[in-house]
Amino acid sequence: MSTHVVPVRVYVTVFVCLMVLTATTVSVAYVNLGAFNTLVALTIAVSKMLLVVTFFMHVRYSSALTKVMIAAGVIWLMLLMAFTLADTGTRNIPLQPEGWGEATVAPSTNR
Amino acid sequence: MTEASAAHTAEHPPYLAHHFTDIEQQNESGTLGMWLFLLTEIMFFGGLFATYAVYRLKYFEGFHEGSHHLSVQFGALNTAVLIGSSLTMALAVRSAQLGRRKAIILFLILTMVLGVLFIGIKLNFEWSADYHEGLIPWMGFHVEGANAAAVRLFFCFYFFMTGLHALHMVIGLGIMCVLLRMAAKGRFDSGYFAPVEITGLYWHFVDIIWIFLFPLLYLMGGRY
Amino acid sequence: MSAALAEAPPETRVHYLNADYGIKSWLLTTDHKRIALLYLASITLMFFVGGFMAVLMRIHLIEPAGALVHPDTFNKLFTMHGVSMIFFFLIPSIPAVLGNFLVPLMVGAKDLAFPRINLLSWYVFIVGAALTLTAIVSGGVDTGWTFYTPYSTTYANSQVMLTALGVFVSGFSSILTGLNFIVTIHKMRAPGLTWFRMPLFLWAIYATSIIQVLGTPVVAIAIFLVGLERLFHVGIFDPAVGGDPILFQHLFWFYSHPAVYIMILPGMGVISEIITCFSRKKVFGYHFVAFSSMAIAVISFLVWGHHMFVTGMSVYAALIFSVLSFLVAIPSAIKVFNWTATLYQGSISYQAPMLYALGFIGLFTMGGLTGLFLASLATDVHLNGTYFIVAHFHYIMVGGAVMAYLGGIHFWWPKITGRMYPDTWARLAAAIVFIGFNLTFFPQFMLGYLGMPRRYATYPAEFQVLNVMSSAGASILGLGYLIPLIYLVWSIRYGPIAPANPWRAKGLEWETSSPPPTQNFDVPPVVREGAYAYGPPGSELEGAHD
Repeated sequence: MSTHVVPVRVYVTVFVCLMVLTATTVSVAYVNLGAFNTLVALTIAVSKMLLVVTFFMHVRYSSALTKVMIAAGVIWLMLLMAFTLADTGTRNIPLQPEGWGEATVAPSTNR
Repeated sequence: MTEASAAHTAEHPPYLAHHFTDIEQQNESGTLGMWLFLLTEIMFFGGLFATYAVYRLKYFEGFHEGSHHLSVQFGALNTAVLIGSSLTMALAVRSAQLGRRKAIILFLILTMVLGVLFIGIKLNFEWSADYHEGLIPWMGFHVEGANAAAVRLFFCFYFFMTGLHALHMVIGLGIMCVLLRMAAKGRFDSGYFAPVEITGLYWHFVDIIWIFLFPLLYLMGGRY
Repeated sequence: MSAALAEAPPETRVHYLNADYGIKSWLLTTDHKRIALLYLASITLMFFVGGFMAVLMRIHLIEPAGALVHPDTFNKLFTMHGVSMIFFFLIPSIPAVLGNFLVPLMVGAKDLAFPRINLLSWYVFIVGAALTLTAIVSGGVDTGWTFYTPYSTTYANSQVMLTALGVFVSGFSSILTGLNFIVTIHKMRAPGLTWFRMPLFLWAIYATSIIQVLGTPVVAIAIFLVGLERLFHVGIFDPAVGGDPILFQHLFWFYSHPAVYIMILPGMGVISEIITCFSRKKVFGYHFVAFSSMAIAVISFLVWGHHMFVTGMSVYAALIFSVLSFLVAIPSAIKVFNWTATLYQGSISYQAPMLYALGFIGLFTMGGLTGLFLASLATDVHLNGTYFIVAHFHYIMVGGAVMAYLGGIHFWWPKITGRMYPDTWARLAAAIVFIGFNLTFFPQFMLGYLGMPRRYATYPAEFQVLNVMSSAGASILGLGYLIPLIYLVWSIRYGPIAPANPWRAKGLEWETSSPPPTQNFDVPPVVREGAYAYGPPGSELEGAHD
């Protein structure tokens, strides 16, 4: 529990940063960056999240335990996504590269 | 108040629950409990995000087409509204820390107004427009083209995710009504403001979910 | 270091059971000990509901063509057996009964961090159980407890929504319990109770609670999506419309594999308590056992794909899951080695709790080792979907978790009720359970190896002998469970009055009276020694307070 009182100007500065980042992510979306559009949008979203967590949610002034717990939550979500995508993303890779002869096990037909 | 009961109150404030040894333990426990609850919410929404990610990669074009049906203007406006409500909520918590009753009430009301505005914009400008354009998968969906099935799937996710988010907002607004009543009765001061702080954590989390929903649903793959 | 224990006879002494009377004092209680008893009653009911279905199935399987029910009903039986046993018995059992009762006592606190949330968790459990029982009596569900899609979302005509809702709701109970335990253990430990002085039961509960908090929401969203799919037919998991049914399994098993560790970890905690007390020795390798609980909590989240090896998932992902599944066996093995080393040169006595604990070590080891055949891709291809799997998980869940639960109930019964149960009957029942269990489930390993599929209402005639053996074992096992029900209930009224520490065990819960007062301790405890400070036999350190 933070007994630390954050000055109003810190909150307002964070708010302004969040607005700027929002405007940025919207304008960048209209620029053709190919695959980088997604990366930029997600990076900006993560930055906004970090601002909210650090300042609005007082994590900057919180205990190490709180920080570890938040990190654990994010990591667990990443584990869920990573391992699931590891399956869905690699289902159709053939077991043997081209030119090595007949594969004895057919690749999965489960798209 | 007798001397004995005055002494009892001094060492044992009325807002200290009997199973805690001191107010610090109570406050730290409350905050830790809320963070753990938010952890479960990360995994709950996260499951939806993971499913969305899988299908987005699988049906890249259809989902891209689907997101083009969404209005970036209203999405961005709502993002600003919700971030604003996070600011007012943070200020409400700060007012509670300083024991300023009127300020708590003001900022809570502002937060709730912005929250209701968010939902109003959603309902009135986005979801009703979606209905009229035939984009609600189970209510007269009509989209043509090669990617129609993927667009339908996209809109399932759109409505599930924003709907679940809106539900969490409504619950948050309900909790704020209770807080408002407590604040009006003067229940909060610089010694006891845990409920406001904990509600603040919840509300900021709801904001963070939208911070991700907005680009994932509205801006993915670019809008050029 | 015993404080002045109120050793007046229980009839005159005020404790948590007689502090207040009337149904409201129970249904509106925030006392963790009373809530534990509320849970005890509810999960016992659900255990016998699930057990009844098991009995019907084993009777049906006496004959190759099926002796009792229509195949559709058989599908409903194994589904509802799984749902009631897993979600409404095993997952709450040790945490919600023994955990709720003991965690505040073991940390030296007056209650859990959030007593009202504790009561809420019980009511949420009751709502979930009521929904599921309604589903059972109004047609049942036949999807398997695993709710695999697209059968559950598109084709099943049974009470899927109702059961799914019941399971969804019960998940919140699990989350609230876990949340409460984590905060209590972090914030409410008595002065002097450092992390590495805590009894290993608390480490086990802590690790279990982490799994509950991080895993349950994902199965909640999986079930939520199944419900939405059934309502709106949008095609999330329906391959005919481009959905991926395996995706459901990823979301489902992401929780349900760690869930099996929710079911076994608390049992392992109980075993640590019992083994040390009944060998009068401190545990061998305390730190290893404590860290192995945490390792299990983490690694358990990385292996879920081993339930999906034959679904058509990516072979490359399957390889990763296979390696990790071998890895997750290691911390469990560490515990078994450490318990065995604890027994070595201990002063062993064979009361009922110890019989259950020793049975646990043997049967859990067998169940765990058979898991390795299933973690290996090449053998899993043949064994998946057979009775080998059924035997594997029953060895762990019944031979492991249920035995640990019964051992724990017996061990702490005097503390909970202030009465002793008849030890001869208890030992007899433990032996009957052990024999009945092995007769029921060992033949199933053989059946699986020989190729008999699971979840089938009929089977080829050559499997009949083993099936009849299994059914005969089931009747003995059932008897073994009924006997404790009878004498435990009997003992509440007629059992001899128990002293504060009948086993001369170490631990804060034994430092207060049996039953404890509502506020747990007359004087808030201070801890000055590590866990399991059992000295050499005969010494003054041997826990000699009566």
